[in-house]
Amino acid sequence: MFTPLPNALDRWYRFRMDWKRRRLRARAILRRGELTCLRRGSWDRDAILLFCTIRNEAERLDWFLHHYRTLGVGHFIFVDNDSTDDTRARVLALPDATVYATGASYKAARFGMDWINWLMLRHAQGHWCVVADADELLIYPHWQTRPLPALTKWLEAQGQPVMPAMMLELYPKGPLDQAVYAPGTDPTTCLDWFDAGNYTITHKPLLDCLLIQGGPRARCFFERAPNRAPTLTKLPLIRWSWHYAWVNSTHSILPRALNRVFATDTGERVAGALLHTKFLPTVVEKSRIEKVRAQHFGDAPVFDSYYDSVAQAPDLWCPASTRYGGWEQLEDLGLMSRGGWA
Amino acid sequence: MTASARLGVIMLCHTALPRAAQVARFWLAAGCPVVLHIDQAAPEHDLAALRDDLGEQPLLRFSRRHRCEWGSWEIVRASQDAAEVMLRDFADVNHVLLSSGACLPLRPAEDLLAHLNARPETDFIESVAITHATWIMGGLSQERFTLYFPFNWRRQRWLFDQSVEVQRKLGIRRKVPAPLEPHMGSQWWCLTRKTLQAILDDPDRPRFERYFRRNWIPDESYFQTLVRRHATGIESRSLTLVKFDRNGRPNLFYDDHLHLLRRSDCFLARKIWPEAEKLYGFFLSDKPASLPPVTPEPAKIDRYFELAERQRFEGRAGLYMQSRFPSFDVAGTARTAGPYSGFSGFDHVFENFEHWLGQVTGTRPHGHLYAPERVQFHGGAQVWHGALSASAGLRDYNPYMFLTNLLWATRGEVQCFCFGPEDTLPDGLVDFMTHDPNASLSLITGAYLLPLFRGRPPKGELLAHIGAMQQREQAWISILRSRWVQARVRIWTLGEMLADPAPRLEELVEGMGGGAGLRAHGLPALRPIEGFDAYLAQLRDKGLPPAILKEFQR
Repeated sequence: MFTPLPNALDRWYRFRMDWKRRRLRARAILRRGELTCLRRGSWDRDAILLFCTIRNEAERLDWFLHHYRTLGVGHFIFVDNDSTDDTRARVLALPDATVYATGASYKAARFGMDWINWLMLRHAQGHWCVVADADELLIYPHWQTRPLPALTKWLEAQGQPVMPAMMLELYPKGPLDQAVYAPGTDPTTCLDWFDAGNYTITHKPLLDCLLIQGGPRARCFFERAPNRAPTLTKLPLIRWSWHYAWVNSTHSILPRALNRVFATDTGERVAGALLHTKFLPTVVEKSRIEKVRAQHFGDAPVFDSYYDSVAQAPDLWCPASTRYGGWEQLEDLGLMSRGGWA
Repeated sequence: MTASARLGVIMLCHTALPRAAQVARFWLAAGCPVVLHIDQAAPEHDLAALRDDLGEQPLLRFSRRHRCEWGSWEIVRASQDAAEVMLRDFADVNHVLLSSGACLPLRPAEDLLAHLNARPETDFIESVAITHATWIMGGLSQERFTLYFPFNWRRQRWLFDQSVEVQRKLGIRRKVPAPLEPHMGSQWWCLTRKTLQAILDDPDRPRFERYFRRNWIPDESYFQTLVRRHATGIESRSLTLVKFDRNGRPNLFYDDHLHLLRRSDCFLARKIWPEAEKLYGFFLSDKPASLPPVTPEPAKIDRYFELAERQRFEGRAGLYMQSRFPSFDVAGTARTAGPYSGFSGFDHVFENFEHWLGQVTGTRPHGHLYAPERVQFHGGAQVWHGALSASAGLRDYNPYMFLTNLLWATRGEVQCFCFGPEDTLPDGLVDFMTHDPNASLSLITGAYLLPLFRGRPPKGELLAHIGAMQQREQAWISILRSRWVQARVRIWTLGEMLADPAPRLEELVEGMGGGAGLRAHGLPALRPIEGFDAYLAQLRDKGLPPAILKEFQR
């Protein structure tokens, strides 16, 4: 499945991508004016930072903060993109958060990545960082007993600056709007099913990254156009350096070498999972709004039917769904791996 | 405790000093004298905090500070200095234990004291002759003793490598000072006063030191070599548990290793992650003494870490995931997770072939997995294990991973399925299966003609359709008959199979362990083929090339 590139081509791609990296970084710097700092916090030199673009996520905020604080995140840096609920007021009230605000278009900012690229360039040099949306909960092998600093220290000893964690989409059994979720509680008790083994992986030689697709959304909504199914590759944990630039979302990064988080001999390297809690009951209402805003996908009209389907509160559950049972189960299923971190 | 404990503990500390203080207090409480060596690089205020924390202790000493870089001679210096302080200040100490600030005692101090008191003449030090030391993880073995190492391995890696290369090329060899015989082993030892004093007072000490000073990682060889000269009773086993990974770095122990560590037969373990609250809380309390003892099972610990190592370097066969994406040409590895059998043409020749196969072999055979309309999972299921969809669109998006996913999700259960030239599987997939030792592929060539004979409309013009099928099948056969085939391949022409099906099916089923099932259920009936010869004649008259026709004739 993996085919190494001829040397000359590899060098050519690296050259091209190096210029792309510079362009992306310049673009992020040029767009820094879109951000206004509302609250500036301070953090230790070895603190783990979390970067998050957020919009109307009041419902998920409490558990999100709880989850990442328990993991050992030292400071949160939020970009609030025009929330209309009380999200902004609540992140402003946090003791361990820096808050930026913007009213600019999420899509025009390359789905928020220009903002994140700028803020990481500004604040993240030398720090281990988590980059996650409010509906993404990072887990990794032994996460309940070993907080992030243990992992980052081990990664450093391995000489690995990035850890991959593919998105694992969780869904309830039954129609999406029938599930009951109380804000502030663990969303995995309400969304407790997932697809265990229908993920397809393609190697993208230009970025030298993997494109992972599949899961319930591909299964239910993208049968006809599987190439359009959402990308599930994610690199949410990274030790940042000012050379770096995110390409599209946190699916891939430049310089190219950072995307090589996978072993191409027969071994396994360490990998976690990003539990995606998108399918809380409110997704039904939100997808109606998002369809009109058309801020989330590249070729937005193609995704109209996807939004329409979600707005009808479908049942993503199928008889072959698997009930979520912790990281050991995910490792057993080959969705994540301890990769030598015994 | 009494002040007459006969064990003295040296601790080499450089970070996480509060943890070191905690462990030091554990030994002091047991009446064991402690000599602390604090690394020169540790910040002054941390040291002050440590002194405050421990307070005035009659049994506590600090030894002269050195800057101990990894693998440097200074570590030996620090150990020597601390040992001198220990032997000088505490006259009744009979055993001296060398440990680090990241070591954690696994059993009550009384256990260790009793163990040592019962063996007053024994030195516990791992000391292995280098000619037998094939266990060294990552790095040089013999050459540690015969080359010069002026550069630091961690900081000046390039210079280090170059200097080793150059010395190898020039054939530079140092002589081990007589009468020493190089030995190596874990840095962490527990020596008797007699042996330690003899090593420190060795009249040749300056000569030996000159030699070891330029060795690589002398902390793993200095005492280990000299002890062979002076000791009377060596138990070549360290009392401290250290698990190295393949790169030669010690694995850290975390809270979740608590139950594993309780199974150890060692008295200490390193390295402990400084934030492992549960480990420190448990092992430094009186809990290990009060709980019923567990039988030591050190093999269990070995197995645990070995498994992780194997996962890192060998991985799980047949798994394609975000952090494992092997190329196909990695030698000697299976491409899929478990055995599977593909049958081409059998369902056209035999009545209810899949059903019969399931009965005989006890498997759940699928229909045509790569049928153009949809995946024909066993029993017509819409989704299979792993939420694998029956949609043709999703399958054809990545037909390779459709197969590897299916085999991964059903590992432990042999998969059987039908395929044929009328399906949408790419030729590359046949190539993929051909080079997979897990595959066994059985083909009846020309069987694609039977559905046409029974009235299924051809795709496009009849002869063109037959020609295309034949070409595809020939392409497959040339792949299946190439060199380096890893799969179990059986190919018959339609004519051969129709002529004498029984022994061929028997051979197939026996190969799948279905001998008993075959005797119980018998052979499947042939589907009716009356008039097939006439149909062939009709095709011949329409202009089908005789080369193709030959395949079908009995």
